[in-house]
Amino acid sequence: METIMNKIFCRKEEVTIVSFKSPLEGIEKKFEVIQIINEKGEVVNEEAMPDLSDEELVELMSRMVYTRILDQRSIALNRQGRLGFYAPTAGQEASQIGSHFALEKEDFLLPAYRDVPQLIWHGLPLYQAFLFSRGHYHGNQMPEDVNAVSPQIIIGAQYIQAAGVAMGLKRRGKKNIAITYTGDGGASQGDFYEGINFAGAFQVPAVFIVQNNRFAISTPVEKQSAAKTIAQKAAAAGIPGFQVDGMDVLAVYQVVKEARERAVNGEGPTLIETLTYRYGPHTMAGDDPTRYRSEDLDDEWEKKDPIIRFRIFLENKGLWSEEKENEVIERAKEEIRDAIKQADQVDKQKVTDLISIMYEELPSHLQEQMEEYKEKESN
Amino acid sequence: MAQMTMIQAITDALRVELENDENVLVFGEDVGVNGGVFRATEGLQEQFGEDRVFDTPLAESAIIGLAVGLSTQGFRPVPELQFFGFVYEAMDAVVGQAARMRYRSGGRWHAPITIRSPFGGGVHTPELHADSLEGLMAQQPGLKVVIPSNPYDAKGLLISAIRDNDPVIYLEHMKLYRSFREEVPEEEYTVELGKAKVKREGTDVTLIAYGAMVHSALKAAEELEKENISAEVIDLRTVMPIDIETIIESVKKTNRAVVIQEAQRQAGVASHIVAEVQERAILHLESPVLRVAAPDTVYPFSEAEEVWLPNYEDIIEKVKQSINF
Repeated sequence: METIMNKIFCRKEEVTIVSFKSPLEGIEKKFEVIQIINEKGEVVNEEAMPDLSDEELVELMSRMVYTRILDQRSIALNRQGRLGFYAPTAGQEASQIGSHFALEKEDFLLPAYRDVPQLIWHGLPLYQAFLFSRGHYHGNQMPEDVNAVSPQIIIGAQYIQAAGVAMGLKRRGKKNIAITYTGDGGASQGDFYEGINFAGAFQVPAVFIVQNNRFAISTPVEKQSAAKTIAQKAAAAGIPGFQVDGMDVLAVYQVVKEARERAVNGEGPTLIETLTYRYGPHTMAGDDPTRYRSEDLDDEWEKKDPIIRFRIFLENKGLWSEEKENEVIERAKEEIRDAIKQADQVDKQKVTDLISIMYEELPSHLQEQMEEYKEKESN
Repeated sequence: MAQMTMIQAITDALRVELENDENVLVFGEDVGVNGGVFRATEGLQEQFGEDRVFDTPLAESAIIGLAVGLSTQGFRPVPELQFFGFVYEAMDAVVGQAARMRYRSGGRWHAPITIRSPFGGGVHTPELHADSLEGLMAQQPGLKVVIPSNPYDAKGLLISAIRDNDPVIYLEHMKLYRSFREEVPEEEYTVELGKAKVKREGTDVTLIAYGAMVHSALKAAEELEKENISAEVIDLRTVMPIDIETIIESVKKTNRAVVIQEAQRQAGVASHIVAEVQERAILHLESPVLRVAAPDTVYPFSEAEEVWLPNYEDIIEKVKQSINF
């Protein structure tokens, strides 16, 4: 006997009114990777070639080489105990330097902890970057002409602030943007979604970069989300999103440049995912990438190296040579040596320094504690 | 002078500061057309335009993040968190970010943000609307925490908070919004942050309270007077920083103290005051400093709140315990 329950649960024919696949099918095709120079240094997208002078192309390369040396030296200095907290950058130069090169000096930078190179090229003196690593507050004290906050430690927190900075720039009528960075792990945070959503809702001049280096410490990007790309997350916020070859400095530069133009013209924010790789550990505090990455994967990505391919590209144009590269390397080493010396000369940070910057005016309980620590620190 | 409720005084303070300083921006969920769920921002969008008083998407963390970002461009944001229980969604933005801007940047940046938010028990709200979380905030260096108990203070404290160059958490007890009116000057004036007020002078015991509990303390003091017990009542007005000088001065006179808070007993503002008093005035004390507080449970579902919330009878009982020690 056929009961009502049977009718409901044992229907012979399933009737469905929606196709669960269609909204997502092929979505990654809408976010195809933008590339200008391939791994062999060949131009694969001539029309997209940025309008950069020879000097600018050389400068881009010089900055990437410099940054690679800075990374090598920072790791060595960390191992010698002369630097503290450090997040290695090698492999990500095209994403970091390419995106920064598209900015104007007045643009506002909200970096994450691996984005110290962008801060340096934005004007943070090298010795201060070293002080940041050592945990001296002067390392976080941006000079007056550097529009930036210090590197964010909380993953994604800078994304919502970027929306606010961008809103402020827009209200002030400035032709500038807020640019912020996070990683593939950061794109899972609530603040990531809230940040791009607010920026979209208010149509503010912000550029959001996700440097997808495939691992959030040890967790592979595949485990972060069912989304096939991070760029597509922009669609939910109603803003454009792009996936860029993050090992191709010209592609990163050009996409950020266009996003910046659009933003200053009042057309709203953009999300840019750069596909990249960090060769080193997450930080120098004991992370061992061999626990979660295969040698094969490392090799695969090292073949995509941003410096190698751009070197070939420039050499083919007659703009680069071993001699030039050595000049940059020597200059980097010398400046790093000087900066470390300068950092060594800065007075040791005191608890009283920190008490004095807790509030504009010290409340009475902190005044008392100030006296207590003045005495302790005078001994 | 005009007769105003506390919520009218708050709206008035916002109006004064929106007029005074074009960098002041008021924003949050439903603060624009709707004038806020309690009407704290009633008429402000109409008067100052959508540019100055605006609705945001619904995300507490981003509301505070937006304020932090705007601070870097010289704005003086006054965001509203619709209910203070929602601050959990924004804890990093408030505590990890806004509170640390000055410190983290070595003074390069600061966050002159005033976060307004309703809280407080006795009005039968759903969960996470009524919780007293001032202790949680008071524990965070970099923040100031203000809780007015009356319309006059509400206006003067809010103006001070908005003009302060550090982040201020300004908590508005829902039960006080419309419970009474008093004379509030129509012109601008400030009430200094970090200064308590002696609401009633007395000689036998000091009652230290803030927010709605100030009224319970005053009622208790009236009742105690009938039994010839003279209670001094201090309204803290700011729970971070605490005006410890005013408290100690009073305790040295009365030699007894009861600290009252609506929040749970554990690890709160009252505990901090007890510690300060015993460190600074133990030889002046005739009896232990006692606390009146709610039990250490999560804020109750609303049917139980009348019993859960401390009241003036609880205060009278503790005062007698102190006197009879």
